[in-house]
Amino acid sequence: MTAVVGQRRRVDVSELVLRYPALGPSCALLLAVVVFSLASSTFLSVDNLSLVVEQSLVVGTLALGQTLVILTAGIDLANAAIMVFGTLLMAKLAGGGGFTALLAGIVLCAVVGTISGALVTSLRLPPFIVTLGMLTVVAASSRIFAAGQSFPVSSGLLNLLGRRFYLFGQIELTVGILLTLVMFLLVWYALTRTAWGRHVYALGNDPEAARLTGIHVNRTLFSVYLLAGIIYGFAAWQAIGRIPNADPNAYQTGNLDSITAVVIGGTSLFGGRGGVLGTLVGALIVSVLRSGLTQAGIDELYQDVATGLLVIVAVALDQLARRRSR
Amino acid sequence: MTIPEGVPVAPPVAVADAVLRAEGLVKRYGHVTAIDGADFDLRRGEVLAVIGDNGAGKSTMIKALCGAVIPDEGTIWLDGEVIHFHSPLDARRAGIETVYQTLAVAPAMDIAGNLYLGREQRKKGLLGTVFRTLDHKGMRAEAQRQLDALGVATVQNIGQLVETLSGGQRQAVAVARAAMFASKLTIMDEPTAALGVRESSMVLDLIRRIRDHGLPVVLISHNMPHVFEIADRIHVHRLGKRVAVVKPDDYAMNEVVALMTGALRLTESGELVDQKAELNNRSGA
Repeated sequence: MTAVVGQRRRVDVSELVLRYPALGPSCALLLAVVVFSLASSTFLSVDNLSLVVEQSLVVGTLALGQTLVILTAGIDLANAAIMVFGTLLMAKLAGGGGFTALLAGIVLCAVVGTISGALVTSLRLPPFIVTLGMLTVVAASSRIFAAGQSFPVSSGLLNLLGRRFYLFGQIELTVGILLTLVMFLLVWYALTRTAWGRHVYALGNDPEAARLTGIHVNRTLFSVYLLAGIIYGFAAWQAIGRIPNADPNAYQTGNLDSITAVVIGGTSLFGGRGGVLGTLVGALIVSVLRSGLTQAGIDELYQDVATGLLVIVAVALDQLARRRSR
Repeated sequence: MTIPEGVPVAPPVAVADAVLRAEGLVKRYGHVTAIDGADFDLRRGEVLAVIGDNGAGKSTMIKALCGAVIPDEGTIWLDGEVIHFHSPLDARRAGIETVYQTLAVAPAMDIAGNLYLGREQRKKGLLGTVFRTLDHKGMRAEAQRQLDALGVATVQNIGQLVETLSGGQRQAVAVARAAMFASKLTIMDEPTAALGVRESSMVLDLIRRIRDHGLPVVLISHNMPHVFEIADRIHVHRLGKRVAVVKPDDYAMNEVVALMTGALRLTESGELVDQKAELNNRSGA
């Protein structure tokens, strides 16, 4: 009995990390905010902080969909390209009414997400290959569709997410920030409080075990890609809200940035571990890091170096925690 | 029964104490006949061990009984009723739970989550029907109650992650899950294969308690000492057929192994015959 107790004490910290994957990233975010506030007098201003949050919205929304896919032990390299295609369609249709354009854009993203899902589930192709192919196809389709142009967007509904308002007359927020929070909350609820969410985690853990316990693995996997596609549609809306212009060459590293946010947020690339709260924190960490380093006068290339190192540290910590629990 | 043994007759539709029963199961894969007219019967309240050499067809037969394989010929009765399973889910709905050798657990989820995996329960009322909220509290309480009833005391905390458990504790979780949801019987595939001595005896105790709660157990195992320790009867499989059913008290371990490898044969009267000697006698005569 004493041996058991001793053993439990030893794994306590790593078990905490395993159980609450958003804990580590949250501490890191807090630390970053504290350090940058001490280093720069302007960092902790309300204006700067709401800018930091705004800058993380598009990648954060992409990362929300990415989290779902990564939880199933997959990866989505096409998400930003799908979103860009969505913005182009929204922009082109904007003249015929904002709502139709918005709906068409979201449906387009959902359909493309569905194609990825169908290829992954029915042909059992690795998600990496499927979405790599989709990335190329969708990015090229966007350019063909746009014919080398970019389209300014001015429609009430499409630009809605960029609209500013003041909370308590002090804190400047955009509608996009609220939408992002609502979306994260909804997906968090679905993942943690419904059977569907349990099944997503279970199939990311071990698809064969999930199948043997009676979970409809293919159906669940397909629904993940469909939902991710819809989320990319909302990301397109966010993108137009931030910059009212649809450009086929925008967000070329959006896919990798979203993966970065997911991984820094503590979700395991091997599937079945992590969650969307971590991703929200992860997206904020990247944004805070960039803002803080900019204010400290550090070149953008060095910011990339810092972000890259952070990814490696995050994955290393995830591995370490898992190895110690064995 | 007045019909003499060994005479092929139409099987009785219901044998009072047979929970699961099969006659003349055949399964062919191309030119290979995996099971070749296999019979099987599991009685109420017993642990039936199924043993056989690698390739004897015991796992194909078990798969036919739990719905993972559809036999080409033969009939299966569950509680006297003829059944046709098309998938493991069919067998589960009929009350047969299987513990696979791979355990089928999700390591990053906690014990309660694993016990209810694929069978999650929603909250009552609007929250459950409209918002599909899971009843985490209820599932945890029931899981704890079931584990206590089965005497799985080594697991202190129902919220513990399965990956932090030892091999024996994981096995106990998988076995407890089967026992929780099976209404007719459980099938366990090599539950002690990967375990040390202490953990094996813990799992064997658990199997014994499940039987004592009235749930019959089919135990597939290569481990003769374990089979002899826990089985009420031993089903010996060889070359795609059942060649003998013996009680562990009546025969020695090496005799049962000899039955399995074909060195000995069991006659209808329960005598063991040396196959080689018999062949020699026959060729001599």
